[in-house]
Amino acid sequence: MSGREHQSALAAAIDQNRRNERVTRAWLLAPALTIILAISILPLGITVVYSFLTPGTYGGVTWEFSTDSYVQFLFQRDIFDDTLVFNSAYVSIFLRSIGLALGATLGALILGFPTAYFIATKPREQRNIWLFLITLPFWTNLLIRTYAMLLIIRDEGIINIMLMKASIISSPLTILYTDTAVFIGLIYSFLPFMVLPIYASLEKLDFSLVEAGYDLYANRLKVLFHVIVPLAKPGIVAGCILVFIPGLGAYITPELLGGGKKLMIGNMIAMQFGASRNWPFGSAAALILMALVILVLLVNVLAARRGASGNG
Amino acid sequence: MKTVLRLLATASAVAFASPAAMAAGELNVYNWGNYTSPEMIKKFEEKFDVKVNLDGYDSNEAMLAKVKAGDTGYDIVVPGDYMIKVMIGEGLLEEVKPNAMENFKNVDPNWVDVWWDPGRNYSIPYQWGTTSFTVDTAIYDGDVDTLALLFDPPEVLKGRINMLNDMNDVINAGLRYLGYGRCNGNQDELREVLALLSKAKPHWRTMDYAVIEKLTSKDVDISQSWNGAAMRARAQRPTLKYAYPKEGFTGWMDNVAVLKGAPNLDNAKLFINFMMDPENAGLTSNFARYANGILGSDKFMEPEMLSAPEIVMPASAPAPDFVTPCPQEVVDLYNKIWTQLKQ
Repeated sequence: MSGREHQSALAAAIDQNRRNERVTRAWLLAPALTIILAISILPLGITVVYSFLTPGTYGGVTWEFSTDSYVQFLFQRDIFDDTLVFNSAYVSIFLRSIGLALGATLGALILGFPTAYFIATKPREQRNIWLFLITLPFWTNLLIRTYAMLLIIRDEGIINIMLMKASIISSPLTILYTDTAVFIGLIYSFLPFMVLPIYASLEKLDFSLVEAGYDLYANRLKVLFHVIVPLAKPGIVAGCILVFIPGLGAYITPELLGGGKKLMIGNMIAMQFGASRNWPFGSAAALILMALVILVLLVNVLAARRGASGNG
Repeated sequence: MKTVLRLLATASAVAFASPAAMAAGELNVYNWGNYTSPEMIKKFEEKFDVKVNLDGYDSNEAMLAKVKAGDTGYDIVVPGDYMIKVMIGEGLLEEVKPNAMENFKNVDPNWVDVWWDPGRNYSIPYQWGTTSFTVDTAIYDGDVDTLALLFDPPEVLKGRINMLNDMNDVINAGLRYLGYGRCNGNQDELREVLALLSKAKPHWRTMDYAVIEKLTSKDVDISQSWNGAAMRARAQRPTLKYAYPKEGFTGWMDNVAVLKGAPNLDNAKLFINFMMDPENAGLTSNFARYANGILGSDKFMEPEMLSAPEIVMPASAPAPDFVTPCPQEVVDLYNKIWTQLKQ
């Protein structure tokens, strides 16, 4: 056997091996790809197609191309004459949703960071108990928890009755059915999403760095903002994203605690598929919401990349 | 609350789906939430050895949206008057000919040749009533029979009002208060309605279908409501009074109908006939607290129902106004007003 023949046999074997590997890989990927295709890409595709159609009279769509859904988001034919004017209704619904979601994120951060820090600085064997307590509410359905919150903050709810019994207030505080109630509900629902990633960052934190900070005459605040926070930043960013995104699309919380007077994005989209009978516009609004979320994630990725290259 | 009930109902329907297979048959009923007498359902199940699965909705439009989406598996729906007309037009209902059934003789002749289903080829009366509002007279002791309490409220009721989260009910009340016609495409008049609603909205605390719960929890002291809901709320809050506003109020009838393609068509027909039996109609009224349009059912109704101020209208009240479906261009205008209002 000449060396050349030997070589080509070897190459063929390697080639065969690679091909096998490729086939195996394809098979192993198939279940995941099927699921992604079936439950993510396909429905998204339908949503995109629907958003460019014309609404049917009693719901559904008629197969007639139209970009009205997107135009409608920003403009409306004046209710009363037919001119195209800027319409702030939907934009203001989006802005209110963004505001509430941002507020809830900030609130969750203010409550969640100290909680995570507290847990991370406990002895190792106690931490699991605290983490267990943080995740405990997830054992109950979100709807039930939100309803429980409604019972707590309503006019004749626990908080008001206790405050009135203690003669701190004379008439009940109006919390329920305001933006404040939605805000409280959102923080309550999503707080664990903030605590857990921050805890994961803080748990790995090398506390000798904190001591080093003190040794270099930094006071507590300086240590917090120049040592701990920068090291916990990945967790803080992840937590903020995990609270902001579901907060933005929240449906149950504004529905139950907000009193139905003002819409958040989720309720506005739901309404298009119900009373308003405008499925294309509902689809378009859902896609605009998704675009917003992707934008937030993109900004985060870009910022992280810049941060990484800056450090490098 | 109705949303909650609906979700709970869905959950329990799922939970009980498997034992259902053990009964001789099934019947899937999709009715308004908190509107179906458990006693009546139990009686039907025992009489025909059929397992009934119950699911709920909180508006005609929500029901229509779900049915249109297809493959619901429901047999029975209970749409309001105008929605029956819409669903017949869309081909969503099975023509089960209740008028040829044994118990049809019990249907009050006044409710047979109705505009939404002339001659009753598709549907039968379930409950009928009025939509107005109910006020706590311990909080406000003035004249209650005016829509001004909702749109131009006295000081004590400001911030204590619940409106139905229903485009038609809110806009129709506004049109009546201003003295304009229903299904109104007149732009100047609608502009006034929008101004009226926007001015009144800061005084409303909530916009929600869960009328009974809102009133009995004392979240609000006045709420737009259906008469039966007002009666049920009064049972827990005796100072409530149902108003018959001089500007007018809505009359409606919900009707039992069978969906096209119902998986349990035979059981559905049995159910239609069963619901025209005076005793069963009486059971439904005792639970939901509305009149039912079935002759002879008053014998089976609780005595207090027959004299309740929510059901027996005073002679001075205007006749209830049954609102027909509006043309699409009017619906479009209403939609815009509604979104503008809720932004």
